[in-house]
Amino acid sequence: MGIRFILMVNKQGQTRLAQYYEYLTLEERRALEGEIVRKCLARNEQQCSFVEHRNYKIVYRRYASLFFLVGVDNDENELAILEFIHLLVETMDRHFGNVCELDIMFHLEKAHFMLEEMVMNGCIVETSKSNILSPIQLMDKTS
Amino acid sequence: MNPFSSGTRLRDMIRAIRACKTAAEERAVVRKECAAIRASVSENDQDYRHRNLAKLMFIHMLGYPTHFGQMECLKLIASAGFPEKRIGYLGLMLLLDERQEVLMLVTNSLKQDLNHSNQYIVGLALCALGNICSAEMARDLAPEVERLLQFRDPNIRKKAALCSIRIIKKVPDLAENFINPAATLLKEKHHGVLITGVQLCTDLCKVSPEALEYFRKKCTDGLVKVLKDVVNSPYAPEYDIAGITDPFLHIKLLKLLRVLGQGDADASDCMNDILAQVATKTESNKNAGNAILYECVETIMSIEDNSGLRVLAINILGRFLSNRDNNIRYVALNMLMKAITVDAQAVQRHRATILECVKDSDASIRKRALELVYLLVNDSNVKPLTKELIDYLEVSDQDFKGDLTAKICSIVEKFSPEKIWYIDQMLKVLSEAGNFVKDEVWHALIVVISNASDLHGYTVRSLYRAFQTSVEQESLVRVTVWCIGEYGDMLVNNVGMLDKEEPITVTESDAVDVIEIAIKHHKSDLTTRAMAFIALLKLSCRFPTCSQRIRDIIFPYKGNLVLELQQRSIEFNSIIEKHQNIRSALVERMPVLDEATYSGRRAGSLPATVSTSNGASLNLPNGVAKPTAAPLVDLLDLTSDDAPAPSSSGGDFLQDLLGVDLSPASSQTGTSAASKTGTDVLLDLLSIGTPSPVQSSSSTADILSSIQDNKTSVATLERLSSPSSHSAQASSPAGASPVMDLLDGFTPNLAMPVYPSVVAFESSSLKIMFNFSKPPGNPQTTLIQANFINMSPHVYTDFIFQAAVPKFLQLHLDPASSNTLPASDNGSITQSLRVTNSQHGKVSELHFFIIYTFFPVLILGFMT
Repeated sequence: MGIRFILMVNKQGQTRLAQYYEYLTLEERRALEGEIVRKCLARNEQQCSFVEHRNYKIVYRRYASLFFLVGVDNDENELAILEFIHLLVETMDRHFGNVCELDIMFHLEKAHFMLEEMVMNGCIVETSKSNILSPIQLMDKTS
Repeated sequence: MNPFSSGTRLRDMIRAIRACKTAAEERAVVRKECAAIRASVSENDQDYRHRNLAKLMFIHMLGYPTHFGQMECLKLIASAGFPEKRIGYLGLMLLLDERQEVLMLVTNSLKQDLNHSNQYIVGLALCALGNICSAEMARDLAPEVERLLQFRDPNIRKKAALCSIRIIKKVPDLAENFINPAATLLKEKHHGVLITGVQLCTDLCKVSPEALEYFRKKCTDGLVKVLKDVVNSPYAPEYDIAGITDPFLHIKLLKLLRVLGQGDADASDCMNDILAQVATKTESNKNAGNAILYECVETIMSIEDNSGLRVLAINILGRFLSNRDNNIRYVALNMLMKAITVDAQAVQRHRATILECVKDSDASIRKRALELVYLLVNDSNVKPLTKELIDYLEVSDQDFKGDLTAKICSIVEKFSPEKIWYIDQMLKVLSEAGNFVKDEVWHALIVVISNASDLHGYTVRSLYRAFQTSVEQESLVRVTVWCIGEYGDMLVNNVGMLDKEEPITVTESDAVDVIEIAIKHHKSDLTTRAMAFIALLKLSCRFPTCSQRIRDIIFPYKGNLVLELQQRSIEFNSIIEKHQNIRSALVERMPVLDEATYSGRRAGSLPATVSTSNGASLNLPNGVAKPTAAPLVDLLDLTSDDAPAPSSSGGDFLQDLLGVDLSPASSQTGTSAASKTGTDVLLDLLSIGTPSPVQSSSSTADILSSIQDNKTSVATLERLSSPSSHSAQASSPAGASPVMDLLDGFTPNLAMPVYPSVVAFESSSLKIMFNFSKPPGNPQTTLIQANFINMSPHVYTDFIFQAAVPKFLQLHLDPASSNTLPASDNGSITQSLRVTNSQHGKVSELHFFIIYTFFPVLILGFMT
């Protein structure tokens, strides 16, 4: 298992989406999110996109006001995860059309469905945007 | 009703939460919503079930408890419609986890859905199972998943593959069932199935050696071909990232090849060409290309040796390292750490660049680089590297100093070529970042200083100089205080000047100034102050002219709120004032600390004999060794009702006493056991002593009941001391006086040809008689028949008698006649001791102590 959790956090440090692929209690999650967000938000543009925290490596990337944070194992390919974050954003862009924080907030379940098509149990499922989106579009059509 | 068109109220809730200005407001909104949801749940409201769950997911994301919604998930999953199922499964994955009992209830629904005719529902069930299944569920549902690996739709196959990963991780026994289907997946064309199939194979290799062997034999060629096809594939818009087709698939394939090639020359051979192709042909101007190169380098480093490829890989890393992009530099450092085991020489070439990275403004890069530098250090480059790091220590920011200091200290300790260099570097670190230095580090420094007898003068003078500028650095202050206490005279008299040193003039009162500053400095903590007190006591003897001033410094602390300081103040004051005659012996220089013992103890190989609370400070015999002393203090404290002053600073004193008692003997031989360390003796004694109570006293109740006995035996201490001429102010010095008395008393005996029996010890509770005899023809041996008589009304169980002699004597203790001593003079125990003196005519002492049920009676001296 490579990916341990995926977080989307806004500039104020509020969580907008959280998906964990390992068990953590609610308290542990809150503490972890707080610590990581504080660490990552304090960094500037020039610094690298990787932060080591406890036994995780956090790969993060900022898009406008939204931070995408992915916690991975130590032996994961950091650059690939960075590329994966970009793929996730592009996929959401294609669906929502220039995705923003509010899209994710008000369509939390859809964001989760997309993520579900991309990552399962911490592994990458699919890398083609149209394959990822087709079940979701199908749903939208029928409803 | 459609769950996603009914979002108005979900929207309202999110808006309300967004509008909250404070956390308290948010909590109030969430509480209200949760109450509404609970009500709706208890009414079993079907229409709003999905909406409720959507809200709960949002609330859960914000970090509020949502357990009451778990059953709703199950109900939604069990319903027939796809939209309900979908939100139900999502809720299942978010709100539940594998540890909850509720999860068992879902197994049946999952099984039905895995067999559903609608492939999207099958997909949902697979996804949920892949994310949350437990071991039991894995066993129950593995056959379904296995079947689905051959499903006609590739979207199901890919999910089934990832689901299998979860299953084999939960139940590794099931791995063999998946080997064949997994191998089939590798022949697929669909990228989704391929990438998941490759991941499944990788995980199978991890859990099952058979799978690894199988894939190595049957699939290596196939995988190499797949990789070749992907690398050479024409433009595919769906998978293209920066001109590369599906970099994710590239990376997963390289990862699996790494697993297969590791430790297998044939497989490694097989992939050489394609690896070389990837390493040379991949564009490195975009992140995606670099990600592939990075993975490729790791694979090259891990598979069996191919020098050509390795050169290629190291060159790529060199290019990465000089890249301007921090991300690329970070991964380069990361990779170099792995490469160092393969080709240390090649990594050394980049040393200068790596050292620059330690000074980078980015904390992540600094941390990586520092770890790498640590691995790069060897005997030949330790000096320049340490110098660089210490220079950087001065300017580094506060957050980084802790890590940096720890690494420098570790390097210095590990590689130091000579003692003087070690001491110099440590002093630099202490004066630069003494507050970040761990206790073990300065403890070790003191041990080293103590062992470097020719550098004592140099060290104490360097410390004196460093102290003037770095009084803020706590651990520097401690080491300085300790050294001045021990070697203050060398500081003042410039003993042992080295050529490179500049002479300094330090007066006795300058030295005392240092200690006084350390005591009065606002940042000094208890340990520092306590150490400073000891140092002052020692100086009071070494610098008689300052004695009065030292008293004036110590005396005001007699009312200090901190008990430790108060106690030391009172005791030391009375030593300075009233015990001139024993003071010099009390404050002798510490015996050389034993490095082997120290490092052994540090490594934790020696169990902490006495106290586990703070094992590290055991190593500091100079008064700070409080925990060592504690048990003794405790024991003596039992007695303190009668004793005029509580047993002074307990163990410290006892250590000193022991050191004093034994040193006359040891200084003659130089090899005596006592000359090792004061602590050791104490530890030895205690280590003999402590196990016995453990064996003997079966319960605390026993201990409590024996206190009575203890009390009486405490009295023995006093009684022993009372005839002695010294006024017994503190019981420890009192303990010493009988030693002297006995010494005095025995001297005439030495001349006598007939040895009278001696009452070695007598109190209201215990009497010990010694009968001496010399076996004919062997003047070096003395036989001692010890007779123990219990005068108290209580039975002593587990009575143990122990004795210690200096090294030039040999002591043989025969087993005692019994270990139970009847009460009220109703019988006795006898035990023989045979003492052989290898240096005839030398005066010696016998230290013994006795343990009955709990309490060790202290030491008596005796001569042959």
